[in-house]
Amino acid sequence: MGTGRAVAILLGKELRGELRSRELLNTTLIFALIVVVIFSFAFDPTAAEARRFAPGLLWIAFLFAGTLMLNPSFAREQANDTLQALRMAPISPFALLLGKILANFVFLLTAELVLLPVFAVLYNVTILPVIGRLLLVIVLGTFGVVVTGTVFAALASQARMRELLLPLLLLPVLAPLLIASVEATAALLNDEPALDPTWTVFLVAFDVVFFTASWLLCEHLIEE
Amino acid sequence: MESDPTTQRLGVAFHNVGKRYGSLVALRDVTLAIGAGEFVALLGPNGAGKSTLLKMAALLVQPGSGKVEFPERARAAREAIKRGIGMVAHSTMLYDEMSAAENLLFFARLYDLDRPEQRVAAALEACGLPDRAGDLVRTFSRGMRQRLAIARALIHSPALLLLDEPAAGLDRQGIAWLAETLAERHRRGCTILMSTHSRNDSIGCVTRAVLLSGGRLQADSGTGGDPRQLLAAVPVEG
Repeated sequence: MGTGRAVAILLGKELRGELRSRELLNTTLIFALIVVVIFSFAFDPTAAEARRFAPGLLWIAFLFAGTLMLNPSFAREQANDTLQALRMAPISPFALLLGKILANFVFLLTAELVLLPVFAVLYNVTILPVIGRLLLVIVLGTFGVVVTGTVFAALASQARMRELLLPLLLLPVLAPLLIASVEATAALLNDEPALDPTWTVFLVAFDVVFFTASWLLCEHLIEE
Repeated sequence: MESDPTTQRLGVAFHNVGKRYGSLVALRDVTLAIGAGEFVALLGPNGAGKSTLLKMAALLVQPGSGKVEFPERARAAREAIKRGIGMVAHSTMLYDEMSAAENLLFFARLYDLDRPEQRVAAALEACGLPDRAGDLVRTFSRGMRQRLAIARALIHSPALLLLDEPAAGLDRQGIAWLAETLAERHRRGCTILMSTHSRNDSIGCVTRAVLLSGGRLQADSGTGGDPRQLLAAVPVEG
């Protein structure tokens, strides 16, 4: 079977499961909303302050939400050893990893898109004129979070303290991505909004490097 | 596209395989060749290394030393070998939040089977769960889950069937069904390697018995030999 078809089957399983339970989406969304609201109350920013702080706060909320969401993606497969059944199937390890990456990408992006208007209202930030470019930055940043996070979730799923291990492994690695995403978002929320080419290229490069690394390492990650 | 793996036949050979988990030695220098079409009972107490050996045959565990070979597919890609293997493990390998039919359909699609819906309907009928097709697996009893786990392992008609205590959780009727199913698969040429530490109807068609203890191969009735002496030492279930 081709990788594309295997990925489609795995992605379909993940999406159907989440549509039925809504466990990941609901918990992630509520958590991210709480983070954004608490920050809003804690700082009570003026319009000028919001433009300075808001991009950082937004991406911290996205990152925390992602960490929360990514952990169960492989941990759930441990319950009845379904990961072993997947490993036994005649599909490539990369198809298995890519199915998880795409499912996590859809889930996290959905949560972020729901969060975005709430964030705009709470922080008095105008996003409509730059929505297309902002979405591009969010897609690039989120893909980087998800690719890296899914790889580390696969690693951490074998560990006993996986809930603690994932953020410890993931957050330092994602620091450059966080900085790039915050800077690119800040450039869009300025008085003269513009898509910063340096940070955008950095985001693309980060995505390409980590996606390639996941492809190269997937056999070691998925197999014993 | 699917081809029926049972028509292709598949054996497995372990050459001096060993495996350690930290300081625990699970297998020591085991050499064993299971020919295509054999029905082998893997006997031994808990911790003898039976599950590790089965997982090696399923390509789930890499041997620490030695190697595992599939003589009929010596040059085949890993995916092609996997296509010919089915396994019932200690855990069900089923998704609790999916229905019985959804579970089987998912795996039928992963194995790229022709007419997956019909295969699933036939598998549910065979394992006696057609009326529960749409029910979530988490609502099933232990015995029903085990029947479904066996149906999942058989859905792609594997040429090599690996069973780790498959009678666990089954009642007398379930064990009779299991015995009948295994006998039918064996008649069709399927190689079966089944671990057990108790004697029940499912070992009725066994053609060879192998005893493991402390990770070592202690006894083997051999291909074409009489497994009854080794099987007689196994305690009767219940």
